[in-house]
Amino acid sequence: MHAKGDPQPGRNIVRALVRTRESAIFLALVLLMTVIGIAAPNFLGAGNLYLVSRQISFVAIVALGELFVILTGGIDLSVGSVMALAGMGAAYAMTIGVPPPYAVLLGILVGLVMGAVNGALVAYVGIAPFIVTLGMLSFASGLVLGLTKGWPITDVPASFLPIAQGSFLGLPIPVWIAVAIAVLAHVALSTTAFGRRTYAIGGNEQATFLSGIDVKRIKFFLYLIPAACASIAGIILVARFNSAQADTGKGWELDAIAAAVIGGTSLAGGSGSVLGVLIGACIMGIIKNGLVLMRVSSYWQTAIIGIIIVLAAVLDRAKRRA
Amino acid sequence: MTAPLLEMRHVSKSFPGVRALDDVSFAVGPGEVVGLLGENGAGKSTLMKILAGVHRADAGEIVWDGKRTAFRSIHQAQEAGVTLIFQELSNCPNLKAIENLFLGREIFRGRSPFLDDAAMRRKALELFEYLDVRIDLDVEVRLLSTAVQQMIEIAKALLTNVKLLVMDEPTSSLTDRETSRLFKVIRELKQRGVSVVFISHKLSEVFEITDRIAVLRDGRNAGEVDAKTGTMEELINRMVGRELGSRAARVGSAVPGLEVLRVEGLSGPPVVKDVSFNLRKGEILGFAGLIGAGRTEMARILFGAAKKTGGRVLLEGKEVRIGSPRDAVALGIAYLPEDRKVQALVLPMNVRENLTLAVHRVLRRFRAFLGRKKEEELTDSYVSSLRIRIATREQVVNDLSGGNQQKVVIAKWLATRPRILILDEPTRGIDVAAKAEVHRIVSDLASQGVSIILISSELPEILALSDRVLVMHEGRVKTVLEKDQATQQTIMSAALVADGVVVRA
Repeated sequence: MHAKGDPQPGRNIVRALVRTRESAIFLALVLLMTVIGIAAPNFLGAGNLYLVSRQISFVAIVALGELFVILTGGIDLSVGSVMALAGMGAAYAMTIGVPPPYAVLLGILVGLVMGAVNGALVAYVGIAPFIVTLGMLSFASGLVLGLTKGWPITDVPASFLPIAQGSFLGLPIPVWIAVAIAVLAHVALSTTAFGRRTYAIGGNEQATFLSGIDVKRIKFFLYLIPAACASIAGIILVARFNSAQADTGKGWELDAIAAAVIGGTSLAGGSGSVLGVLIGACIMGIIKNGLVLMRVSSYWQTAIIGIIIVLAAVLDRAKRRA
Repeated sequence: MTAPLLEMRHVSKSFPGVRALDDVSFAVGPGEVVGLLGENGAGKSTLMKILAGVHRADAGEIVWDGKRTAFRSIHQAQEAGVTLIFQELSNCPNLKAIENLFLGREIFRGRSPFLDDAAMRRKALELFEYLDVRIDLDVEVRLLSTAVQQMIEIAKALLTNVKLLVMDEPTSSLTDRETSRLFKVIRELKQRGVSVVFISHKLSEVFEITDRIAVLRDGRNAGEVDAKTGTMEELINRMVGRELGSRAARVGSAVPGLEVLRVEGLSGPPVVKDVSFNLRKGEILGFAGLIGAGRTEMARILFGAAKKTGGRVLLEGKEVRIGSPRDAVALGIAYLPEDRKVQALVLPMNVRENLTLAVHRVLRRFRAFLGRKKEEELTDSYVSSLRIRIATREQVVNDLSGGNQQKVVIAKWLATRPRILILDEPTRGIDVAAKAEVHRIVSDLASQGVSIILISSELPEILALSDRVLVMHEGRVKTVLEKDQATQQTIMSAALVADGVVVRA
């Protein structure tokens, strides 16, 4: 910063805050919490906030992974079924006696294999990400159903449960995991060459390639990230419900993409941030919770979420034009 | 002058942080061809966009055909008879010529929703005959040359009963022959009473085709030049507001250095066939030829961006394998592509991020992190040495003028400390002053020992800078001319005439 003896430094900080891309959605979040807090007073109760924050952290983890591929103009539709597959893998490993830490790693590894297939097909075969990951969505969920015949795996060891049900410093463990992932993601995107190149590919893939950057390789690695994040979320969900369900994660790809879009991520690539995605995930989670507390039928909830997603995109567009 | 067709009076326009137009007046008479000139950022495009309803003026008025008007959209302007043909052609590349021509102006069978193909074809052929061009109506326009695409745009304008045609840099990617055909059409339009505003950086063309040249400088009127009686110097002085030094004429490199690059029998689809040449240290080797002669394609193969099917490349005597731009950059080869917005810049990123895009390898610490301070120092050093005019290094490159954008791209490549620099149309679409600066930078680099391949469609540029000139024709090397043999005539006759045809002097 060029601080050339500014007479009112305080005002500048405020102005800089207002100017950041995330300020508008952050204000929307505060407004939303106020409105719901008034309409449904138990929303702001400590017990409810604890549950909401845990719920949000799952969506946030998946959405943070999604952010990486969306930044390049790509998409990963397979995160929902990768969640189920990784969760199932970890749960199965535990039932046959693999210690939980190794079972978790094994589950993540299963997810990474799926991500690697996605990445290889997108980057090296050159198929559109939408198609590749749509295929993977179907394949991975079919794989889960085929292997389990639709039955859940229930007998997971108790020592594994705190990963979802425990708390640390008054916050649920999943929230800490989401925060850790967010910090890593932010550092990766804003300070590493990998992050810079990710934004560059989204801004102009051809120019990035002609700058001597191995675009294919970066794209390949990028598809490992949503798979890893989805796997982590899926495995924590197993601990949350004491069991691995075949339909875990169904429809989560849409929630994750929605959180990213609400957070100001452009589906065309090139712009978006970790902070935006976190706020987007909070908005999604709080609206869902608020609607439940206000006794809105779950049938109407999805309709309202739909309106919010489009509204967010419209507002973002209006802001960019201004 | 009879009553003007268009009069823009005292127009002002500001964008956040920039005063784009300040009290500008501009008039065009019926059937008049008016040149609109100025350096990049002088306000030409803004003025025309206000005319066409893309932007709204903050102050001033527009009188069109005797009435005060302010068009609210391009569509409304078109209805009234104003058509803009933008620098970047705005067609749908996936649609056929005829589909593009009638896009938005389709002819239907009576009042039905069905298209009357036969009627559209008749009308199209009529228009093409009038323009004296032959275009296959059923070819997708992406397969057509820029010149032909432009003709389609002009034909499209004629469908709307156009009274004023605004052409922004129409000749920037045309060959001389295509340009003269375009000029024929412009003269034809003039005969019919259509007025034309002609925006270009090619000064000789402006003198050739226009009646009068209006000059803008820094968003203000900077006088007019009569195209019949005015001189090039007068025009340049009005544009830059100062006397320019003599145009960059390079004193050839003193000592021909050692051979740095040898290319033998390079071939690749679709056009490049058996290209061989060598390049010495500190030499500028000009690549001349018509558009489509395969110069860009050759450069892309050499840089690893396009497929090579034959031939070898030797760098300082050793054969090298270049399979990707990454390989090329690692070997010290840099390539400045012909279309900076599409191929060279990440437009939403800032100056610093664009400038360091090719040197992450150098900036990385612990194999991953980009050292911000080093990045800033690097950026600042090139910003000052190349005299890139920016507000801050965090400025988004999309907002820079063409000349400054090009300097950012040059800086990006200089940061890689290349041994060989391939420049593909380095001064396309940039203003006179920036062009002179680019020429100076290029000759400085050569004297510092960088070997340069200069691809350019502007012969004066090739002649001023090159130590030798290689002429390509239909994918092959036609001839290599030493500096003292290279003239406009020798180059053009080599570029135009196929092998085996004898040119009578």
